[in-house]
Amino acid sequence: MLTFTVPTRIIALTLKAIALLSLVGLSGCSSMGIEPWVKPYERQNLADPIMRLNRHPSASMHVAHVLEGRESARGAEGTGGGGCGCN
Amino acid sequence: MVVTKWLNNSVKLFATLCLAMSGLTAQAAVLDPDRADVLYHSYEGGGMTIDGPSVMLRKKASESVAITAYYYLDSISSASVDVISTASPYSEKRHEGQIGIEYLHDKTLMSLNLRQSNEDDYLAQSFSINVSQDTFGDLTNLNLGLSYGDNEIKRNGDDIFEEQSEQYRIRAGINQILTRNLTASLNVEAIADSGYLNNPYRTVRYLDNSIPSGVGYQAEVYPETRNSFAAKLSASYFLPYRAALFFHYRHFNDSWEITASDVEVGYRHPIGDSLELELKVRYYQQTQAEFYSDLFPYRDAQNYMARDKELSDFSDITYGLGITYMLPASMSFGDIRSEASLQWDYIDFQYNNFRNPNAEGGVGNEPFYGFSANVVRAFISVYF
Repeated sequence: MLTFTVPTRIIALTLKAIALLSLVGLSGCSSMGIEPWVKPYERQNLADPIMRLNRHPSASMHVAHVLEGRESARGAEGTGGGGCGCN
Repeated sequence: MVVTKWLNNSVKLFATLCLAMSGLTAQAAVLDPDRADVLYHSYEGGGMTIDGPSVMLRKKASESVAITAYYYLDSISSASVDVISTASPYSEKRHEGQIGIEYLHDKTLMSLNLRQSNEDDYLAQSFSINVSQDTFGDLTNLNLGLSYGDNEIKRNGDDIFEEQSEQYRIRAGINQILTRNLTASLNVEAIADSGYLNNPYRTVRYLDNSIPSGVGYQAEVYPETRNSFAAKLSASYFLPYRAALFFHYRHFNDSWEITASDVEVGYRHPIGDSLELELKVRYYQQTQAEFYSDLFPYRDAQNYMARDKELSDFSDITYGLGITYMLPASMSFGDIRSEASLQWDYIDFQYNNFRNPNAEGGVGNEPFYGFSANVVRAFISVYF
């Protein structure tokens, strides 16, 4: 027999996670006395195009589409999402 | 009821955070550059062949507004293991279109995306809104998003059959620069589905001694709700000799009691000024849905029943190879920069509780199913 106790927990967990991320992001660490430790002029390596996670967006969307139809896991890819739209 | 409450909470939270974000102003960020991508994709494996083109165009209308248009086609020819055992091979086409708009205000990037996917027997429409904000000296980026999708499901050859499903998504993420060579991100997303979630063509099999084959088939029955949660941790590291190393780990679980995780390591290595090599390895595993069985003991054995191999216990491993060639200026027009890329993924699927019903061995004793797929993408990217 199926029970659906997970959703409430999932929803609560997600909202808490979002609230926590938001607090950290919006208040900034500055308010806790921490200053940005990597200065803009020290970010040339990170700005190199080879470091881009989504260097080829069309290809990334195809990879996500291929996996979405064949695996049950979905979400948190870091892209817009929207469902497979297929059966 | 749960979905409504969930949606109300999500919208309130989203609105509050958007307001908070819009109050933060500092040095302005910039939109990504204009680009066009034309891609051919191909998937072949497990009796399925899927290929087609896709086109993506991104253009800035001003310094703060960008428009994106996307078209994608799947031409599908299927004689997969599910199809062979209970139905006839088929072919069909799936068209997908997306249009998006991005608006940048200081360090806040807002985007709206509309999507439609159309097949003979499936119409999916969705919209998605996302907000991201650079903060803490641009060391941190925070993003939030919401999506809603509506699906109309039909069954070819059955004019009466018409079902619907809906999907809500809420997601959040944080990207953090950790050192001058290392960044990390954490993304979480909750998805709530409701309505008709079955595949209308799939069946379950059960023992039936009253017929010569000893096995009967009946339609799958899924629950009408599914709620899932996923969290993904990613890291990118710049290696001293100018190469990039990527790491991803995602954990997933849902109300159907499927737990899954995947881990991926990628490597990007420039060769000279005009070539880039990419390598990746990805491993995925999942447990089966609570109502899944490869062979039910009798007809109507449970309220919910599935024998969809995507809901079974399985793992897959992907090996990927890609190469990008930056076209020299002599082959480009004016300031336009172009690249040609070829990517190939080999994926091997091994099922731990899904037997191949077309193999020898007797009902319930056939060997476990497995297959491999080759996925190819060839594309040209033009930056203008």
